[in-house]
Amino acid sequence: MLTFLVFLPVLGAIVVATLPRDQERQAKPTALAVTCIVLAGSLLLFALFDRDVSGLQFRERFTWIGAGEAGFNIQYFLGIDGLGLTMVILTAFLFVVAILISWKVELRTKEYFAWLLVLETAVLGVFTAQDLILFFLFWELELVPMYLLISIWGSGRKDYSAMKFVLFTITGSALMLVGFLVLGFAAGTFDMELLAQMQINDAAIPLSAVFLLIFAGFAVKLPIVPLHTWLPDAHTDAPTAVSVILAGVLLKMGGYGMLRILVGILPDTTQDYAVWLASLAALSILYGAVITLRQTDLKRLIAYSSVSHMGYVLLGIAALGQVGMTGAALQMFSHGVITGLLFVMVGMIYDRTHTRNVNELSGLAHVTPIIAIVMVMAGLASLGLPAMSGFVAEVMILLGAGERFVAPTILGVIGILLAAGYILWMVQRVMFGPKDPRWAELPDATSWWEQLPMAAMLAVILAVGIYPAPLVDLIDQAILPLAGRLG
Amino acid sequence: MLPEIPEGVVWAILLLPIGSLLTIVLWTRPNPRLSGYVTIAAIAGAFLFSLWALDSVIASDGTALAFRSHEWLTVGDLTVNVGLRVDGLTVIMLLVVTTVSLLVQIYSQGYMAGDGGYSRYFAYMSLFTASMLGLILVDSILVLFVFWELVGLCSYLLIGFWFHKPAAVRAAMKAFLVTRLGDVGLLLAIILIWTKTGTFDIAEIQELAVVGAISVNVLTVFALGIFAGAVGKSAQFPLHVWLPDAMEGPTPVSALIHAATMVVAGVYLVARFFPVFEVAEDAQLTVAVVGGTTALLAALLAVVATDIKRVLAYSTISQLGYMMLALGLGGYVAAIFHLLTHAFFKALLFLGAGSVNHATNTFDMRRMGGLRKMMPLTHATFFVASLSLAGVFPLAGFWSKDEILSQAWTEQPLLFVVAMAVVFLTAFYMFRAIFLTFEGEYQGGEAPEEDSHGADQSRPHESPRVMVVPLLVLAVPALLIGFANVSGGVEHLLAGALPLEMRHALPEFHFNWGIALGSLALALAGIGSAWLFYGARVLSAERVRLTLRPLHTLLERKYFLDDLFEGVLVRGLLYRVGAGALSLFDSLVVDRVPNEIARGLRLSSVGLRMLQTGQVQVYGAMAFAGLLLAGGLAFLLNPL
Repeated sequence: MLTFLVFLPVLGAIVVATLPRDQERQAKPTALAVTCIVLAGSLLLFALFDRDVSGLQFRERFTWIGAGEAGFNIQYFLGIDGLGLTMVILTAFLFVVAILISWKVELRTKEYFAWLLVLETAVLGVFTAQDLILFFLFWELELVPMYLLISIWGSGRKDYSAMKFVLFTITGSALMLVGFLVLGFAAGTFDMELLAQMQINDAAIPLSAVFLLIFAGFAVKLPIVPLHTWLPDAHTDAPTAVSVILAGVLLKMGGYGMLRILVGILPDTTQDYAVWLASLAALSILYGAVITLRQTDLKRLIAYSSVSHMGYVLLGIAALGQVGMTGAALQMFSHGVITGLLFVMVGMIYDRTHTRNVNELSGLAHVTPIIAIVMVMAGLASLGLPAMSGFVAEVMILLGAGERFVAPTILGVIGILLAAGYILWMVQRVMFGPKDPRWAELPDATSWWEQLPMAAMLAVILAVGIYPAPLVDLIDQAILPLAGRLG
Repeated sequence: MLPEIPEGVVWAILLLPIGSLLTIVLWTRPNPRLSGYVTIAAIAGAFLFSLWALDSVIASDGTALAFRSHEWLTVGDLTVNVGLRVDGLTVIMLLVVTTVSLLVQIYSQGYMAGDGGYSRYFAYMSLFTASMLGLILVDSILVLFVFWELVGLCSYLLIGFWFHKPAAVRAAMKAFLVTRLGDVGLLLAIILIWTKTGTFDIAEIQELAVVGAISVNVLTVFALGIFAGAVGKSAQFPLHVWLPDAMEGPTPVSALIHAATMVVAGVYLVARFFPVFEVAEDAQLTVAVVGGTTALLAALLAVVATDIKRVLAYSTISQLGYMMLALGLGGYVAAIFHLLTHAFFKALLFLGAGSVNHATNTFDMRRMGGLRKMMPLTHATFFVASLSLAGVFPLAGFWSKDEILSQAWTEQPLLFVVAMAVVFLTAFYMFRAIFLTFEGEYQGGEAPEEDSHGADQSRPHESPRVMVVPLLVLAVPALLIGFANVSGGVEHLLAGALPLEMRHALPEFHFNWGIALGSLALALAGIGSAWLFYGARVLSAERVRLTLRPLHTLLERKYFLDDLFEGVLVRGLLYRVGAGALSLFDSLVVDRVPNEIARGLRLSSVGLRMLQTGQVQVYGAMAFAGLLLAGGLAFLLNPL
């Protein structure tokens, strides 16, 4: 089941890529069909998942590279718990969105959709792999399509941004790989499920160094200040759909990795670093928020706000309690949808006005009321308005953090205030004000492939905000054992 | 007698306006008239059910009806329940909110007639009413915070309702951000109390505070956090700056949200946690001082304002300060009683100002005058409400103000003096407004905005019946509701809302003839002075302004607070200096360093490439050097 789900997009990619030239029009419906099947499959898993049973479900494993005499095996091992499933659903959902909003891509269509599908396999693999080496392979696989998607279909300084993205990630993951190898050899296995049940006491290098090596990989991805500078560039120059995926899903790989591998496998070491993590989190929250205030490019603005919002994920993780970590995971899901929606809206505005400069836009609410309403709602969700998903997540994170830290919690609450500032100011400048004759003829979002993703994303944001229990219970199934090990 | 209200019906009070919101959004949006009717019907239903709730609570002596809380979310040691708390305090608030909201919606049909956003307006109003009802009905501080933010959202949406006006949009944003600044404190208070007690349940927190299960230090910080939220929402000094600007919104919005309901949410919140403040005395004193300061400073600002809505806005701030002052001095009943009377007469005043604006297209009192004969009903109701606000016997405002003054007299002589000064100022600025607006010669009004639905301002006339009837209806409680507590009815209901231990410790209220007559004399003196300046014009306001120029400038510039907040703190310190410096740092250092490292690596690779000469001798020499180096290192690390 999981294998089918993970590799279906790659199969789809092969089909799309080998479409005969005169059938190129079929690329979009094929890609859409594939992502829809994956979404349906992930929802089926959601329905079948047993929340009362702890641990991984839907496992599939066999030895892949047997090296028993050397003391370790590399397995092909897929499985999910509540956390993985939450991320899989998010991924499947956002890829459907990404395909829909790419409906107007005309440049090298087949390749574009093929690479998007390859990317989906890579991300799904990261969230389901239960062997460190397999995890790493999927983690690296994600870079190839991302590099190509940004550098071919991007805009602006796309080559620079694509290269920067790859170099930052690779540097982090090289360190991470060293950490994985040390860990694996010390324990004699790369099996993440086994590792999470073991007490690892020493390795070739001190465990705190192992922690830092692995942390580096995830910290680049999340990203944490000061390792964030690839993010605004990558976002600004990537095509809309890739921005959605980047902010919506790829950043979450960092938070997911921290929960699954750092907290899960090295709980004691993580405990030792908790205060540092919380401080870094508070730094990211405020630094990101303050810099967001100065941004005039809509995409950069949202990118920096993501830095701030991902700081909350780290803060929740650093709290190392059930409430905070569940909040962190919920924040990952929630931010994925909210920021995804914000990027969708910015993409729509850019398609119509050919500018993302806040100072050039004004009064759009008069001509494109649908875009304005959805943009305002997405903005309100982003600033943590109650009855929307971001609020639930951020309150859980702050409550969890409040149990352990004073200053980071206070700074976190101030971050929410700043979020209201940069979001409302942006909305005010872009949407409101007198009618601007330059934009008097803009068409509103009326096509089905624009309205469907907006409606679906808003529905998810509101549903989770009003009744989060189903999703939170699912996440909690995975967090409970983690919190239990922390004692 | 009705049977006790079932929980489902109380939920219906909250759900009816949500229903009208959804109906408008999904269905009646293209049909504005219908959207208005749906909203009015829903709120009328909520009003009737609120009366039923009132009946049940009277039967229970003001104590909370027994409703169970429902589980909403559980994670580890975090449990969030959603439940209803219906006690004496709740029903009084319910009555205020549903009555005023109902009348304001009826009035809005006339005031907003022909506006392009008519359906949107009623959708927002429905959402606001629902959120406000939620705020007063829920039993959990966390869920209360949810509705607290939602009323703030509605306030934002409605202030900025005419989003083509830059001033309106700016005011909306300012309102949201300034109140959110206070909410930082409120949210931290919620986090604090949860980490200390593990509960969000208001009754439980009250109980724990009263029996001394929480340390006074924690309670003081908690109470100050709560109060910070209240300072923002209820526009207390120095966070009052958003409320005058909020007058950019449609006038019925000002009447409902920025006079009668949302802005009193802060007073409600402090009253709800009154038992906590009683224990945390330092926090309670802070409330009194801030309240007294606000009452005085805002009343002074009202004296120089030339825009009739701003006069009313400053008056609201001042009266909210009065309520806070009462709470800070232990006058829990006095504060809520004043909240009740104030809601009616202040809503009436705002609707009256709206009616005047409907005829003249302006809020500038210097362009009005002489409207008494042209708009007799508006004038009569405005006059009654002003007398009530000024505290003239036997109107509503007299009774509630008197309770606050008595409380101050026994508790804090200094604050009593402040409160008495405010009595004089209140009467003065209200009758200044009346003389400028309704007496003398008509000054011509203002031409309507282009392509708007403005009336012909050259011949002002009385407003249509949908607008005048709500004025007349509101005049009744503005006149009479003061008698509600003469025999202690309100007090009895409110006492029931407190924990058992505190119910009998409430200070007895004694009618004090000296204070009553003194305040009445001051009010009449205020009215008289206003007459001398603006009615008979025997004294010249111009001359006073010239002699007191520095003071006048200070007031006209609103104590320079807007300049300080917006100019210095936000635009200067936060945006230019803070964010500017950080942005530079981000691009020059944080972004630059990795780029420089990358460049360095590329350069070094260029350098290293030179070594790849293809000459075996060079490789041999390098291998030898490497061997020496490795051997040397090995020796250093592991000496033989």
